[in-house]
Amino acid sequence: MSGNSKSSPLPTYFAVFFALLAGTALTVYASTLDLGKFNAAVALTIASIKATLVALFFMHIKGASEKLTKLVVVAALFFLLLLLGLTMTDYATRMWS
Amino acid sequence: MSMPIAMPQPERENYLNTKYGVWSWLLTTDHKRIALLYLISITFFFFIGGFFALLIRLELLTPAGDLVQADTYNKLFSMHGIVMIFFFLVPSIPAVLGNFLVPMMIGAKDLAFPRINLLSWYLYIIGGAMMVHCMLTGGVDTGWTFYAPFSTNFSNTKVVEAGLAVFVAGFSSILTGLNFVVTIHRMRAPGMTWSRLPLFIWAHYATSIIQLLGTPVLAITLTLVVAERALHLGIFDPKLGGDPILFQHLFWFYSHPAVYIMILPAMGVVTEIIACFSRKRIFGYSFVAFSSIAIAVFGFLVWAHHMFVAGTSVYAALVFSLLSYAVAVPSAIKVFNWTATLYKGSIHYDAPMLYAFGFLGLFTIGGLTGLFLAALGIDVHVTDTYFVVAHFHYIMVGGAVMGYLGGMHFWWPKISGKLYPEGWARLAALIVFIGFNLTFFPQFLLGYMGMPRRYYDYSHMPEFQVLNVLSTAGATVLGVGYLLPMVYFLWSMRYGKPAPDNPWNAAGLEWKTASPPPTFNFEEEPVVTWEAYNYEELDAPHSEEVPVAR
Amino acid sequence: MPDSTVALHHEEQRPELLHHFAEPQQQRDASSLGMWVFLATEIMFFGGLFLAYLVYRLKYFGDFGAASKTLAVGLGATNTAVLICSSLTVVLAVWAAQTARRTLLIGSLVLTIVLGLVFLGIKGIEYKDKFDEHHVPGASFSFEKVPVPGHPNQYADPHHAQLFFSLYFVMTGLHALHMIIGLGIFLWLLTMAWKGRFTPDYNTPVEIGGLYWHFVDIIWIYLFPLLYLIDRHP
Repeated sequence: MSGNSKSSPLPTYFAVFFALLAGTALTVYASTLDLGKFNAAVALTIASIKATLVALFFMHIKGASEKLTKLVVVAALFFLLLLLGLTMTDYATRMWS
Repeated sequence: MSMPIAMPQPERENYLNTKYGVWSWLLTTDHKRIALLYLISITFFFFIGGFFALLIRLELLTPAGDLVQADTYNKLFSMHGIVMIFFFLVPSIPAVLGNFLVPMMIGAKDLAFPRINLLSWYLYIIGGAMMVHCMLTGGVDTGWTFYAPFSTNFSNTKVVEAGLAVFVAGFSSILTGLNFVVTIHRMRAPGMTWSRLPLFIWAHYATSIIQLLGTPVLAITLTLVVAERALHLGIFDPKLGGDPILFQHLFWFYSHPAVYIMILPAMGVVTEIIACFSRKRIFGYSFVAFSSIAIAVFGFLVWAHHMFVAGTSVYAALVFSLLSYAVAVPSAIKVFNWTATLYKGSIHYDAPMLYAFGFLGLFTIGGLTGLFLAALGIDVHVTDTYFVVAHFHYIMVGGAVMGYLGGMHFWWPKISGKLYPEGWARLAALIVFIGFNLTFFPQFLLGYMGMPRRYYDYSHMPEFQVLNVLSTAGATVLGVGYLLPMVYFLWSMRYGKPAPDNPWNAAGLEWKTASPPPTFNFEEEPVVTWEAYNYEELDAPHSEEVPVAR
Repeated sequence: MPDSTVALHHEEQRPELLHHFAEPQQQRDASSLGMWVFLATEIMFFGGLFLAYLVYRLKYFGDFGAASKTLAVGLGATNTAVLICSSLTVVLAVWAAQTARRTLLIGSLVLTIVLGLVFLGIKGIEYKDKFDEHHVPGASFSFEKVPVPGHPNQYADPHHAQLFFSLYFVMTGLHALHMIIGLGIFLWLLTMAWKGRFTPDYNTPVEIGGLYWHFVDIIWIYLFPLLYLIDRHP
């Protein structure tokens, strides 16, 4: 291992790695179950957890980074949700095609 | 107020004369030189866009469609819009004045990424060249709005090339925004806290947020149109169950905030000018700063007000109508603050201030008519008429272009080291103001009375001819007003009086260095210990100036 | 051009410090913020596609399910695992650069590139399969008599299936394009690493290259379930 005085990040990296692989297996398995409307919610939840793990630990948002980085990410996600959400005010309230 | 003193000085080394030769310009990373490269390019495109406007106005002199064919007219207004919006207005103030001034105003040597800045200009040129090629080989007739399914399935014009040209230019815009955001966060001089920043910087920061978050959506939308046309994918095709309104949602998600990209920098310019020529701090600094950010954020919430009659649900229309009223509030706050700044100020009527006054009145009219359009009932009546055309030209031309011209006059001494002729400048400002109103006020009336936009033939409504003739006459006057500054700015570069460091005795770090500035802006890194717009200190009677950061 | 004495000072002490920055930390912070801001723009770029997907999936759920089922979930899942491995190698590369481990750095960069090529190779196989099955939108598109999952008596509407595949190709195609660009970036990083340019004091390019790669991975983390796993009930 590293022999540094501060703890090595390697155990965390490998833990996240295995969690990501497990999440992938889990989401494939979950898609074979009939959960009705919840299939989509489960799939997106697992995906979001995986994405968060990558962002926090692989992209070093946790710990090393300052508030501004988090603000940039949150802002982008916020505007993405605006795009999706406000557009749905149209699609959710009309019959089309 | 101090008269501009022509201080004779030997040719000091500055960013203009430090190196000569075409390559020292084409491969420069100096933000000031890049600003001038942009200045030349956007002026070129302004001429092209103006040329199309001229043809449009000539056609509309008579009710019959007798100058050009219908298809040609479609191309004229399409390319007028595309060129003016994407290749003139969106870059104008940020790429010219922003590039030049942002590092200087915050006390930095350059932007955070000078090479990306140059790349930005090259992308703009490539997009521009593609657009010129498109225009020369047939043009595009979909309107600058590229609506599907006409653009994807039915138009026989160069939609793909135009779309790609705008895509490339959009990438240029994104990189400029990226550069500004990082620069403003990371490169401020010691003591230059957020609350000491000139409001020009706040305005450009807000603009950059919009450029960064909005333009990518335009990019993907254009990509989808190109893919649909070139590869026969079907995303918006009704035959496949696609929804053309989805195109409109995606398109306007960018294109509404885009109008704030065009107006916010002009507001920043106007703030600087009003403070200087009233010799007063801006009233309500924090309100103006936060209003800039609020405009940027709220601007993303209102896009479907361009789609009230397109076929969205009434519920969505209600939501967006309400939000559109909200977005007017921060702009109104700014107008109140500018007015309050003028109150009991020591007003000077130099050319930049004339443009600022013009902006105040015309932007207010434009903004108020926007509220007319936000009302669903009125919108049904005036949408797709000249009322809308007048509304947005009041903001884009009466607002943004006036702001741009005012800023060019205000900072010309800094940029060129020469003074422009003030008499001619005031005359030109007046001509622009008169020409503008003559061109566009009749269009409110025309639209309200029912004249549709994008029509080349109004022979079923011949009574509209008088107002159309007035409008075309106004456009001629406006054209003269625009040509004058081009002439005397060029003249001043050779024959103008040399400018002192601070001809206006204005506040701001950019005025504390030479005109024109040295390549690295400041002889020594400035250390800021004063608040923004310290006009009381600048005007206080003392024998020495406020300490100069040299 | 830079004042010569200042430039000389910089070049002697800190050759990577660009002239307009006062301190290396400022340069690092600027580069990092720049990459994060760029990634924010990429979120919005892909976001438009996610909107189109959302709208049509909600409307044509059954038909989308039928189309999705024809994708090779095994290959898709493998590709997901490949990208996850590559994210690990990337983060190891960054750590190696920070701790002056040259062999690990170069090895990790090479492995990342190899994994990226594997991903693209598998993608190529998938695209070819789609082409062979006439699922590529256009004149030769065909989606006849494919049952809607869960409704064995109902056939999927080929028009709506074509919408699905249009989105599939644009979304995965755009993602693949970003992978290719990522490979280019990592080839460049590999060259620089080989020349010994990265040290514990200067490894920003590896870090921000890594950020880009992780982002591309995150996009795929969403694309995979959305495109491949709509309805996999047996």
